[in-house]
Amino acid sequence: MKWINFAACVSISAMPVMADEIWISNEKDNTLSVIDIETLEVSRTIPTGERPRGITFSKDYSVLYICASDSDSVQVMDPETGEILHDLPSGEDPEQFVLHPNDRHLYIANEDDAITTVVDTETRTVISQIDVGIEPEGMAVSPDGGIAITTSETTNMAHWIDTETQKVFANTLVDSRPRHAEFVKDGGELWVSSEIGGTITIFDTESQAEKGKIRFEVQGVHPDRVQPVGFELSEKDKVAFVALGPSNHVAAVNIDTYEVEDYILVGRRVWHMDFNSDKSMLFTTNGVSGDVTVIDVASREPVKTIKVGRFPWGAAFRPTN
Amino acid sequence: MLKLNRLIAFIAVIPCVAHAETEVPVTYLKQEVPLPPVLSNLDPIPEDNGLAGARLGLEDNLTTAKFLGHNYTLSFSIVPEGGDWLAAAKEALDSSQFIILDAPPSAQLAVADLPAAENAILFNASEYDMSLRNKECRSNLFHAIPSYSMRADALMQFLAYRRWSNLALITGNRHKDIAFAESLKRSATKFGLELENEKPWLSDADMRRNAAREVPLLTQDLNDHDILLISDELHDFGRYIAYNTWAPRPIGGSEGLQPVAWSRVVEQWGAVQLQNRFEELAARDMTSRDFAAWVAIRSLGEAVTRTGSNDPQMLREYMLSDNFELSGFKGRPLTFRHWNGQLRQPIPLVTERSVVAMAPLEGFLHQNTELDTLGIDEPESECKQFERR
Repeated sequence: MKWINFAACVSISAMPVMADEIWISNEKDNTLSVIDIETLEVSRTIPTGERPRGITFSKDYSVLYICASDSDSVQVMDPETGEILHDLPSGEDPEQFVLHPNDRHLYIANEDDAITTVVDTETRTVISQIDVGIEPEGMAVSPDGGIAITTSETTNMAHWIDTETQKVFANTLVDSRPRHAEFVKDGGELWVSSEIGGTITIFDTESQAEKGKIRFEVQGVHPDRVQPVGFELSEKDKVAFVALGPSNHVAAVNIDTYEVEDYILVGRRVWHMDFNSDKSMLFTTNGVSGDVTVIDVASREPVKTIKVGRFPWGAAFRPTN
Repeated sequence: MLKLNRLIAFIAVIPCVAHAETEVPVTYLKQEVPLPPVLSNLDPIPEDNGLAGARLGLEDNLTTAKFLGHNYTLSFSIVPEGGDWLAAAKEALDSSQFIILDAPPSAQLAVADLPAAENAILFNASEYDMSLRNKECRSNLFHAIPSYSMRADALMQFLAYRRWSNLALITGNRHKDIAFAESLKRSATKFGLELENEKPWLSDADMRRNAAREVPLLTQDLNDHDILLISDELHDFGRYIAYNTWAPRPIGGSEGLQPVAWSRVVEQWGAVQLQNRFEELAARDMTSRDFAAWVAIRSLGEAVTRTGSNDPQMLREYMLSDNFELSGFKGRPLTFRHWNGQLRQPIPLVTERSVVAMAPLEGFLHQNTELDTLGIDEPESECKQFERR
């Protein structure tokens, strides 16, 4: 009996108990911080190319794509080992990207070049480069894969790209300095945040017509400093959590009524975010304070602050079982 | 790097704005002014100072314009010393009602007062002068560059915040030095700081040889102070003051800690992208003058984009309305003051190596916008002519 028990023990401890993870890109440290969701601590710090910003996993989480902006490449990393497997051609200064639902095409915003680059991750070739406005940043693809969006910060537009032809078929104005775009309601709406405008503009996807605007008001903070940037959707797309930059708050927006229900205090200059697997916890990157705030989604309370590298930017969830 | 096939045709389906090409011709009108000699030529003023900023503004506008069926053109009209300034101005106004002015205050006023300029939009992109924004303001003259008092207030906010409340000042003997010194003194009073110690600069010393002897003597009898301010707007002697003062004190104003419209060290708020674009275009760093010209053309571009119009009257109204806001890489939306046409803007306080602080500083409150803690606020404005009846 005894030795059987012992053997069982050994086999358990030999198999590391893996918890899910949140991966954070540290823009000014050229590293990724990996947060263990069980312990809420940084378990690994992994070197990357220069100025890592956007990060996203492949659908099966077997590789991580990293926009290494100042290295002018998208790096492909094995998340198990932290090794860079290869670089993808990306165009100059890739800032942010989105993976097409086909798990194969990356749509990359080239910030310094006013271009969106489409890369095939399998053949590692550029399929297309599309002229967009100045300083492209926000990237989104509709759930059916038919439309890709690039928003341009200085041109103040959302550019609508047909993913069949890789051509722009519409351009819609938004408020100043658009930063992030997401399709909402199964692709029925497109939401675009405007940092300097202080709004989220909502478009009807079918007609590209503007449907509404969400405005924010944080008590005790001048409206100029309430600057919506990244946002993510809760379980069943009920609530959008919106990072409000230097106001140091995240807003919880009811997706049906467009009303702001709550403001949650987080670290300084909150930027992007991601959830854990059941979306009960939200992890926000706080650029200036160099940390990640963990928000309990049910109570909408911040529960912990985790120190990461300098200027944390992107966040991506990775399940481990 | 990759420069692949960019020949992608655009299908200009614009749901909201559907009209023929809107043409927006802009002229950059410059009066060349001889600069007096300065002690050192280590940092020559670039020949295209300001002009390069305008060129970048044009490029930025054109990128947006191609999606909207708008078009911008920019011509440069540079009048040499002694040239016929008014003739050049009239010619410019014939072809364009949108003018960027890079000229002394009196020359700017002469253009603003031309009958052909009555409905034009003119941007002051070169002068910090106070009278242009106050008694001598004009309804057609906007100010893209900050004023002396905006710069002075920015510096004083920082000194108040640091509790460096005893100030001393050395003022050069040129008109601009005296004007900036006036604003520094007024601003010190505004923020409750002591500035009773002022000395004029000695104009006859050769600082390249003698700074270590002259400057301690000059500063020895100043009362005790926390920081020594320098008003030397042409950058003549200021560079020789640091480390040679009698008392070991930091310096600020035209040298040392400088309140500016722009500097190469500004890199937050996406500014790196603007700096990169500028450097690629001009092969040098972006200056405050470049920023002013850039922001003037961008303001016009923003108004044209949002209104779909090239009518100066309509654009003026839009630029002064609550709807107007410009993203200018300074962390806050930029807007125009309706009482004198001054562009509200944060003022970075910089050294040659970094941004020390960004004014308005936290804690300086205002009932409308903290940006109005910098410069002439509405109640104290003496500008009567900007707002049209």
